[in-house]
Amino acid sequence: MKVKVIVTLKNGVLDPQGKAIQQTLNGMNFPEVKEIRQGKYFDIEINTNDEKKAKDKVEEMCKKLLANLVIEDYKIL
Amino acid sequence: MKSAVIIFPGSNCDRDMDVALKKFGFKNQMVWHNDQEIPKSDLIVLPGGFSYGDYLRCGSIAGKSKIIKSVVEFANSGGLVLGICNGFQILTETGLLPGVLLQNKYQKFICKNVHVKINNKENKYFKNIKKEILELHIAHNEGNYFCSEDEIKSLNDNNQIAVTYCNEKGREDEQYNPNGALKNIAGIFSKNKNILGMMPHPERVIDKCLSSNDGSFFFENLFENLK
Repeated sequence: MKVKVIVTLKNGVLDPQGKAIQQTLNGMNFPEVKEIRQGKYFDIEINTNDEKKAKDKVEEMCKKLLANLVIEDYKIL
Repeated sequence: MKSAVIIFPGSNCDRDMDVALKKFGFKNQMVWHNDQEIPKSDLIVLPGGFSYGDYLRCGSIAGKSKIIKSVVEFANSGGLVLGICNGFQILTETGLLPGVLLQNKYQKFICKNVHVKINNKENKYFKNIKKEILELHIAHNEGNYFCSEDEIKSLNDNNQIAVTYCNEKGREDEQYNPNGALKNIAGIFSKNKNILGMMPHPERVIDKCLSSNDGSFFFENLFENLK
């Protein structure tokens, strides 16, 4: 089955890439853009049909590699 | 004294480090990231570069490579582990050092000489070093040191802040902070001071004909302290 994960920077952590994208959009005549925070998205094909088991495994992957918990949060979709 | 430099795919300061270590007396060996064992060493160095193309996060993949288990075991048994630049990023990703290196505050790759102040000499790296301030080279895009409030308190309480960005006289104002690092931090120690991670490259300034010779003080002193 497929599990989707989104990793985002925690609130308050500086995101220069997001800031650069925001400023570019502002310059492209999107003055309404107030803030952009850039994140990462993972599509994980996992070798089981047991949803709970799969999500538990993915949670472990998030903690061990996909996210750095000092600065990032993860959300399993 | 024996040293080992670990090479990851994408490391690019490994040979500079090899030259520096040998110049100041170390018998150095290069170790490939896919090896499992590290030859008996007094010092392990994680060099600078772009291990695994900086994929996912800088140092994150190297932090899970085959060789790292041996590095962690060596470090946990009190062995000296030095991480420069990408090596510092790898050390934070393995959890051997707290915090993380974020993208530079001003979104630019920085490549220049900076001055750093040595904050703590009670350790094998800086004991008896003849200088208080070193002029070293930095070259990084992710050198903005960051950690939680609890962690910065613990770093302070345990004298783990090794080197901080400053001017040539040792002033640590914000204007001398090249990348936005918390408290001007350029390098930190582990609690028992056997692990040192720092963004500046001492191996790039080891000769009088280069823009600085202060890396020589660092390696010469380290070698003497390990004897």
